[in-house]
Amino acid sequence: MSVAEKTPAPPERKRLNDGATRPHGPIVPSANVQGSALLAVIAIMSFLACLTLGGVSMVRATAASWQSQISREITIQIKPDDNFDMEKALNDARNLASSFVGVTGATIMDKQATSRLLEPWLGASLDIDELPVPRLVIVTIDESAPPDFAALRDALSKKIPQASLDDHRTWVNRLVSMARTTVAIGTGVLVLVFSAMVLTVIFATRGALSGNRHIVEVLHFVGAEASFVANEFQKHFLIISLKGSGAGSALAALFFMLASWWQSRSLATPASDQATALFGTFSVGWLGYVGIALTMILIAGLTTLTARLTVMRTIYEIDQIRSDPARSDGLNT
Amino acid sequence: MIHFENVGLRYGLGPEILRDITFDIPASSFQFLTGPSGAGKTTLLKLLFLSLKPTRGLIRMFDRDIASIPREDLPMLRRRIGIVFQDFQLLDHLTTYENVSLPLRVRGKEEHTYRSDVIELLKWVGLGQRINVLPPVLSGGEKQRAAIARALMDRPEILLADEPTGNVDPPMARRLLGLFRELNRQGTAVLIATHDFALMDQVDARRMILSEGRLEIFS
Ligand SMILES: Nc1ncnc2c1ncn2[C@@H]1O[C@H](COP(=O)(O)OP(=O)(O)OP(=O)(O)O)[C@@H](O)[C@H]1O
Ligand SMILES: [Mg+2]
Repeated sequence: MSVAEKTPAPPERKRLNDGATRPHGPIVPSANVQGSALLAVIAIMSFLACLTLGGVSMVRATAASWQSQISREITIQIKPDDNFDMEKALNDARNLASSFVGVTGATIMDKQATSRLLEPWLGASLDIDELPVPRLVIVTIDESAPPDFAALRDALSKKIPQASLDDHRTWVNRLVSMARTTVAIGTGVLVLVFSAMVLTVIFATRGALSGNRHIVEVLHFVGAEASFVANEFQKHFLIISLKGSGAGSALAALFFMLASWWQSRSLATPASDQATALFGTFSVGWLGYVGIALTMILIAGLTTLTARLTVMRTIYEIDQIRSDPARSDGLNT
Repeated sequence: MIHFENVGLRYGLGPEILRDITFDIPASSFQFLTGPSGAGKTTLLKLLFLSLKPTRGLIRMFDRDIASIPREDLPMLRRRIGIVFQDFQLLDHLTTYENVSLPLRVRGKEEHTYRSDVIELLKWVGLGQRINVLPPVLSGGEKQRAAIARALMDRPEILLADEPTGNVDPPMARRLLGLFRELNRQGTAVLIATHDFALMDQVDARRMILSEGRLEIFS
């Protein structure tokens, strides 16, 4: 700068020339942005959001798989009767079912399978021949072109009075409506969690910024443009929110991974079966992890944007005071 | 360069602090602004720094009517004005060196382009030993000099200084005045608000005296 160039050099000039300076400190010190509370809030909110998101997609997937599994199969149940050749009846039923258009296969559930099915209720040492248990024929059907159920039912009852056909339709219908309700509720919860998250992030960001008005003012008065000031603040909030949402989302992803690992490891134990029946499989699939990543990005973006808007707003207020001296809560030079 | 015409200002519903103020600040001029405490010197400087709008009257700065300047243009205009605030307005978390280089930094300049200039200027205002010190550690006079250095850093077209010698001893005051005059010789208009008659007597310059809201000018 030429002012200094033309002025006489002070005596200490040579000795101290270009005294070492630290690398430029950040214009906005990270200590000023009280990050830890904001970080915790963001982490918790993103964890909850990811959990809800994962939960909803899980229920949806489970319901869909139930639905397609059930509607892919129908069962013919044959009740035992005195003086009744069960094996013949089973064969007849299978042949009859197989003859219908739209049926892709029919298998008789053999004795072992049947006793396995009954094991939880009747114990392992079950002799199926001693008990009058009903037997099943599993008929797989072409979902896209199902057979005429009514005709099948008629033909069956004519040939084997003890047989009854269960096309699981009531089940399917119930499941479909239950799944829809669950997904609707889940989506509602998701919307609530996301709104709460947005608001929390906004308030926390504002709070973290409120102590920094002086910095905003000074920067503004030495000629910084609003966007420059906003960028300086934004950097901090981007880092905080990435850390926070990263931690929260990672935790949620870990939760799903652990749950699915536990489930696969303890497959077929009663506890796991119970959980599977209730929640479906815990695997959220790659789409679920993509969703978690998107949630994280959304939260980080949101925080950064809020910080930017809040800074811009503060600058706007400073300039408002200019035209309204009564509100001179600004600089008192 | 700057033209005030019948400018009046009141804070809220209070009395008019400034009444019918009319004056010009030509480019490269040197003047003092004086008057009793509470006369409105700082208020007038705020008007000049575009951080207040007049309640009435016309202000033209750099050939623009400031009433018609959009908000987004204010930073660019402020960059042409250097200001030393009465309470310095240094950032406590930045070193003296960083505070003084702030105007260049916010203009997007690279540190290596201004580093030696900043250090040289700091030495000239007598802060050569205080380059890496944070403002809370500086004495009142040192803060004042840091604030002056910051205002000068980007060679403003006009320098506004509010009590720039209020916290320094007479020899340092003379030295700072010498700096302002040097700056003025190179073409920067200078306006110094002060009560210090000893200081004003050292320079044969225009005096603008504020009292009871009116402005009188003695050349
Ligand atoms: N933000 C404000 N709101 C209301 N009144 C104000 C405000 N700032 C200043 N005043 C009033 O305006 C008058 C002039 O104040 P100003 O600070 O301009 O005086 P000054 O000449 O700079 O005084 P000093 O020499 O003590 O610095 C004072 O009476 C003060 O109380
Ligand atoms: Mg004052």
